[in-house]
This record gives sequence, C-alpha cells and structure tokens, in this order.
Amino acid sequence: MKDDQQHQPRDLDGNPVTPGLPMAMLAEVTHRCPLACPYCSNPVELVRAASEISADDWGRVFRQAADLGVLQVHVSGGEPGVRKDLAQIVAHARDAGLYVNLITSGIGITRDRLIELDQAGVDHVQLSLQGIRPDMADRISGHPGSWDKKMAFSDWVTEIGFPLTINAVVHHQNMDRLPDMIDLAERLGARRIEVATVQFHGWADLNRKALMPTREQAAFARQVVNEARLRLRGRLVIDYVPADHHAIYPKACMGGWGSTGLNVGPDGTVLPCHAAQSIDWMRFENVQERSLSDIWHLSDSFNAFRGTAWMPEPCQSCERKTVDFGGCRCQAMALAGDARATDPVCSKSPLHAGVVARAEEDAGATTAELIYRRMKKGG
Amino acid sequence: MTPLIELHDVPYLPRGVRLQSDRVRGIRVLQAPERAMQLDQIGEAILSELDGTRSMDSIVGDLAARYKAPPEQIAGDVRDFLTGLIERRMVFLKDAS
Repeated sequence: MKDDQQHQPRDLDGNPVTPGLPMAMLAEVTHRCPLACPYCSNPVELVRAASEISADDWGRVFRQAADLGVLQVHVSGGEPGVRKDLAQIVAHARDAGLYVNLITSGIGITRDRLIELDQAGVDHVQLSLQGIRPDMADRISGHPGSWDKKMAFSDWVTEIGFPLTINAVVHHQNMDRLPDMIDLAERLGARRIEVATVQFHGWADLNRKALMPTREQAAFARQVVNEARLRLRGRLVIDYVPADHHAIYPKACMGGWGSTGLNVGPDGTVLPCHAAQSIDWMRFENVQERSLSDIWHLSDSFNAFRGTAWMPEPCQSCERKTVDFGGCRCQAMALAGDARATDPVCSKSPLHAGVVARAEEDAGATTAELIYRRMKKGG
Repeated sequence: MTPLIELHDVPYLPRGVRLQSDRVRGIRVLQAPERAMQLDQIGEAILSELDGTRSMDSIVGDLAARYKAPPEQIAGDVRDFLTGLIERRMVFLKDAS
C-alpha cells in the first residue's frame, strides 16, 4: 500500500494523475548554431558543447524512448549539423525503430554529408527559411550568405529524394510576404510548409518591439493561409501556428503538458516542452541519472500539470479545459509570473486586456533593430 | 469535398511514408513526415494494397472479392480514405501506363 502511494503519480497539488504514452520526442542534440535568429526557441541560457551527451548516450535514450511508445524523433538543435557525429546519432534512432525527422537550417551540411545522412536513415527533412530573398533571410538569421546556402541545400534534398518541409517563422517584419513564402515552398518542391508565428518566449521576448505582428497582419496571415489551403489542396500541406496574442483562446500547447511529447536537451535534460526551463522553480531530470520511462511516468516536472485538477479558475469551470488545457504554462509564467495561471492570451484571463494592449503597443513600435541569439563568451 | 483520386489512378506511398507496427500500443500506424496516424483494419487493408503498380480500380476489385462486399461500396470507402491522405500528401498518384 505504501509502495502504491509512492508510485502514484501526482500533480503539483497532490491530485492523482494518469500519464499516457508519448508519441514524439524532440532531440535537441546541440544548442550550437551558425545562425543567430532573434526568435530562437532555445533557452536564453544555452548549453555549451562540453556538456553535450554522446552519440551512444543518444542511442540509449532513443531505445528507451521507443520502449516507452515514442514513434517519431525530431532531431534538432541549435543546428544538428554542427555535430560531427550526427549520422551516428541518426543511425541510432533508426536502429531503435524511430521515424527520423531532421530539423535543420541547412547551413553547414554539405551534399556529401546529406548523402551520408540519407544512408544513416533520415526519413524527412525540415528546412527553416528566414525570408523569401537574400536580404531578409541573411538579416534575420544574422548570417551573411545564408540564403544561397539554403537554396543549394534544398536542391540536394530534392536530388536525394527526401520529403521536404519548409519551416517559415513569421513576424512583423516578414508577415506581409507570406504569399511569396508559400509560393517559394511550392517551387522548392516541398510537401508541407509550417507557417509559425513567433512565440514570444525567451529570445523572442527580448525582441517584442521588432517582431510583434499587428492585429491586421495576423488577420491577413489567417486569410492567406485559408485561401492557399483551398488553392493548393493535394499539392502543399499548410500547418499554421497563429499569433496567439491576437486570438480569443490560447493554443493547446504540446497537446497538454506531459501528454504526448517530450524534449531531451543537449546535456540530456528532459523537458515537457522546449521552453519549460523558463519556469524557474521547476526541477528537471536528466537521462544520465534516471531512465526516460521513470522521468516520463514519475517525475514531478512531468506530473506537475497533467490532468485538469491543478487548474485554477477561470480554467477549472471552463468547457474548453480539455481542449486547450489552460494554454501554455511557459507563457503563463512569462506574462502572469505564475506558471499555473490561465494563459494570459486567453480572453477569459483577467490579464488579457493588458496583454493585448502591450502587444498592440509593441506591434506599433517603429524599431526594426534585433537582439540576436548568441552564446555568452567563453563557450 | 471533391475526391482527389479516380479509378484509373495508381496510388502509392511516397518516400518518407511507411506502414509500421507500434509494438507498445499493439496497433498499426502510418508513419509520415512529423505525423504518425493510427490505422484501423479498413485503413490498413487499403494501404496494404498500394504497390505502385495497380490502379484504384484493380485494388477495389480485389478488396471487394476478398471481403465479399459490393465494389461500389468499397470504391467509396477507398476514395474517401485515400483522398484524406492525398490531402495530407501521404499518398501520391501516378497514371496507369
């Protein structure tokens, strides 16, 4: 009986919860990256090369993930190509039976290495684009010449025959060119394009005044996506992450905390989502110290926000609590200073009016100056 | 929605899309770029027929014979199911030649 109680997973208030099984794992194999995008989704405190776990460690993690129910791995970074042993990491993932998505900037992976990655078992390539022309792409990525390298990389992807997804992060400075970005994805032979509005955490939060879209831009993007989905039906799939600061309800972040996905960082830290370390009081466990299965099922971090019992009002009595799960915990942390609060982008949040006013003020700012993502000196 | 496949089309799973067993959940899944789809028996029966050489017409004929069902009904099921996957770019088509 005592044992049962010890192993009963509980949320942060002690309510019993029932973990499901994860489908997908984000493997951030490094935080190093040749680009310096001002909205990078990596944490502001980046993990250094010396702390990265080895390809063999990744192999063990992938086998544990597959045993746990994970079907797909997203091998990402930073730029995963920075790791010289990337092909070995990929081969370990395929050996474990996982479907391998390579999430890359396309910078630093030569044609020969891409062929090597094909042989190692990459199933699908997702290529990020920062603009539709050299000037914008190079300015946003902070990397002169990035555009030309990306276009060459895209040609090699097609030549080898990988399925291609274009990832386009949209914001104040490029949202008006979204129709051209969709055309470009089609021209490059992509099967999918992910149009993702900047999420204002971490690095992006430092750049709110330069990147926050206006309400009109958000409405325009929605209209462009709706129109293109009809026009390109059966030719190009468009996945869209809207600007949630301008929405009525929050996004169902991660499909619910600890429900279907997990993230393993460069040093082996396991997170319920890539931004979770912004919840500064939460302690996260590491695959070097505990099995992935134990971390998934038993850790305080994964159980903290499982289920619905932890939710405060207005979420607790809201009919959407199993639709959007109270929104994003990291956004609640960032905007309300409380990770368990209703996501302040929700129109039912008492903080909503303030969030909208601040978003509109930032969207109206005339600055285009960017704070680029950089590692602190000494890395 | 308008169907995206006709009887003479030859449907196939393109590179990056494959059928796989999910040994943990004990189900069959269709693995595709950044998406894994659980298959029911009907879905799996249809996708197992996709060999890149036979047309939808011929696949419908075989399934109708095997499951002793009217070909029109099978054709409707196959058309709806494959149209959904063509929309997601998880099934491609070539013309019979």
